[in-house]
Amino acid sequence: MALLQIAEPGQSAAPHEHKLAIGIDLGTTNSLVATVQSGEARTLTDVNGAAMLPSVVRYAADGITVGELAAQAATQDPVNTLISVKRFLGKTQAEIEQSYGQLPYDFCQHDGALAITTAAGNISPITASSDILKALKQRAEESFAGQDILGAVITVPAYFDDAQRQSTKDAAELAGINVLRLLNEPTAAAVAYGLDSGQEGIIAVYDLGGGTFDISILRLNQGVFEVLATGGDSSLGGDDFDSLLVDHFKRETGVMTLSPSVLRLFINKAKACKEALSQYAKVNVGLEFDDEKYTVEVTREKFEELAMVLVKKTLRSCRRAVKDAGITNDEVLQVVMVGGSTRMPIVRNQVAEFFNKEPLTSIDPDRVVALGAALQADVLVGNKPDSDMLLLDVLPLSLGLETMGGLVEKIIPRNTTIPVARAQEFTTFKDGQTAMSLHVLQGERELVDDCRSLAKFSLKGIPPMAAGAAHIRVTFKVDADGLLSVSAMEKSTGVQAEIQVKPSFGLSDDQVANMLKESMTNAKDDMQARMLKEQQVEALRVIEALYASLATDSALLAEHELTNLNAEIAKLVTVRETATEPNQIKAAIEKVDNASSKFAELRMDASIKKALQGQSVDNV
Amino acid sequence: MVGIMRYFELFAIPVDYNVDLAKVTKNYLELQRAVHPDRHANASSRDKLLAVQNTAEINDALQILKHPVKRAEYMLSELGVDIRAEQQTLQDPLFLMQQMELREELEELSTSDDPDTAIAQFEKQIKQLDSQYSAQLAEQLASNDEQQWQLAADSIRKLKFVYKLRDELERIEDSLFDD
Repeated sequence: MALLQIAEPGQSAAPHEHKLAIGIDLGTTNSLVATVQSGEARTLTDVNGAAMLPSVVRYAADGITVGELAAQAATQDPVNTLISVKRFLGKTQAEIEQSYGQLPYDFCQHDGALAITTAAGNISPITASSDILKALKQRAEESFAGQDILGAVITVPAYFDDAQRQSTKDAAELAGINVLRLLNEPTAAAVAYGLDSGQEGIIAVYDLGGGTFDISILRLNQGVFEVLATGGDSSLGGDDFDSLLVDHFKRETGVMTLSPSVLRLFINKAKACKEALSQYAKVNVGLEFDDEKYTVEVTREKFEELAMVLVKKTLRSCRRAVKDAGITNDEVLQVVMVGGSTRMPIVRNQVAEFFNKEPLTSIDPDRVVALGAALQADVLVGNKPDSDMLLLDVLPLSLGLETMGGLVEKIIPRNTTIPVARAQEFTTFKDGQTAMSLHVLQGERELVDDCRSLAKFSLKGIPPMAAGAAHIRVTFKVDADGLLSVSAMEKSTGVQAEIQVKPSFGLSDDQVANMLKESMTNAKDDMQARMLKEQQVEALRVIEALYASLATDSALLAEHELTNLNAEIAKLVTVRETATEPNQIKAAIEKVDNASSKFAELRMDASIKKALQGQSVDNV
Repeated sequence: MVGIMRYFELFAIPVDYNVDLAKVTKNYLELQRAVHPDRHANASSRDKLLAVQNTAEINDALQILKHPVKRAEYMLSELGVDIRAEQQTLQDPLFLMQQMELREELEELSTSDDPDTAIAQFEKQIKQLDSQYSAQLAEQLASNDEQQWQLAADSIRKLKFVYKLRDELERIEDSLFDD
């Protein structure tokens, strides 16, 4: 078994040149990790050769298990086995209950955030996600024989709002993963097919997974992936096709009431039958239980007759998404198939007929998102300096503030290319008003109640003035991952009152630090060692980046500046190797940062000028 | 032309209200290739922050350069006449009268016998008004005369009316042909 892990010798001709980066598909039902090796993206497997890790975590009194083992325990220990927690990210208990009805979990509030009570304590959806990410990270580390992973691209559904994206990033941070970028799942799938180079036009991504269906309509225009519309059904997936077959088995055998273990048998046989029917026209299913033996014959024709109603349901979502995007079916240039359930011939045929073109299916639909994420991670980490690939994302949903009368004033409209910073001025409406409360919302609707509440905070210490005299400048900043930060300032008197955004969903930095500490003590892991390791990786990043910049742009600096900077880098190189305390490295990084700040700005300016070289205003 | 007009310099295009949009888009992508945070994903935290700030500015500049009204308001504010937060209304009875007539015409479109032709004709009128005021605006903004800048402010206010009509027309068109 162990031999499998080192099937690929990690040493290339120039071991320091190739930097290790991974792409992670953190799925509702299954999660995968992939990387680019020798120019080719491939998914990484566990010791049993499985690429897919069931997104299931079991929190038993005697420890945490992730993946297949946890999934197997789901029937006997439903309360402590968290399945599909991705659906809970960034949601309130009320929202979850409304969407999914009765669940076997015992929800509670922990540190002001939603959690589930288990035998191993109160577990938030973020913690559970981070345990899945940890398992994938560990798998990658083992296959890289202990080399450092510099970063990861993690995929999220295109429709994820700020709270859900923030939660995903928090989970990654808890798992000790440096997030290079959160990437939209449909965009990742398009990247895996190389649609980012050369083609321009509308791309439909049809994603039918184990338990969810998503349709995304993207427009690719000069390197910008714009999400025109998303749609789908959060409770429709491969499992529903299985249960159609289970019902069919019941009718054929005449056994209508099943014990849990027989039901499990039926489900497993149904899944196998469905998969076999993708290749064969007829399958004989043997069902052996309670000393009885049945054989049920299922033809592909019969299965498709049963399945048609579900496929039609997905096509209805497609029709709506196409309409929302303001396009017609003919305008769709390519259709990308994602998710294991798209292997069913009936799905492929119906989708082909609907869009009137053959969908792309050459890449394994279970892996396509992870592979695309790995390709993007490889570029981001700097392994392909000549690559032209640049994915510009847009804000999926508008961001705004509550104004008088429960209305939402949009500050940044949806589809604005990110990162972006926008400021808007507001004023007081009462004489002598010294505080102002701000309510940050996301969504397209006009009323506060119809939008998602992201954060509430107040700006205090406004000097008393007549109504309308104070000028409060509220700034929204969205980074390249689509994550928002908000600040407010009173400017008419020059008095600055800074405020802290308290997110309603994601975690504050302190909470992340605390949870990290907690998880460390729980796992009896050495916190100090891990922080030291993290600082060493950060130091390596700083050193390598600076050496690379100095190799090309050292001429921007005067000789004494260069000498000084080189001396600080040399110190950091030594400290990185000898330090025993993370803070020693941190201090050395800060020194290098200070010594190089002017250099960084000069380089950025130079690269802006160089980008448009030869295009001076006079000769255009 | 006075004023700093940083955004034009950043995009390496001539300071002129009539911008070459294809060129703006092309240069935007070149700039993004240089500064986008993804290009610095493996850099130090400080450098990443610098990249985010620069990219946000370029994104902002693009929004302003691409949009005719925002572009004009930006140029005018660089010249020292900032009307972006104004409450002032347009004082031009003739123009306002014409707008009212156009509004009435617009409302009657949906009940017209031949909405297709009526809409096409209305669209033509809007286009004509657009090019008329845009041409005026370009000239006024290129002038060195402060008087002209005040007139430019009025041209912008008029263009806003015209664009509102255009949006309204699109909505009517959508509702007419939407099912």
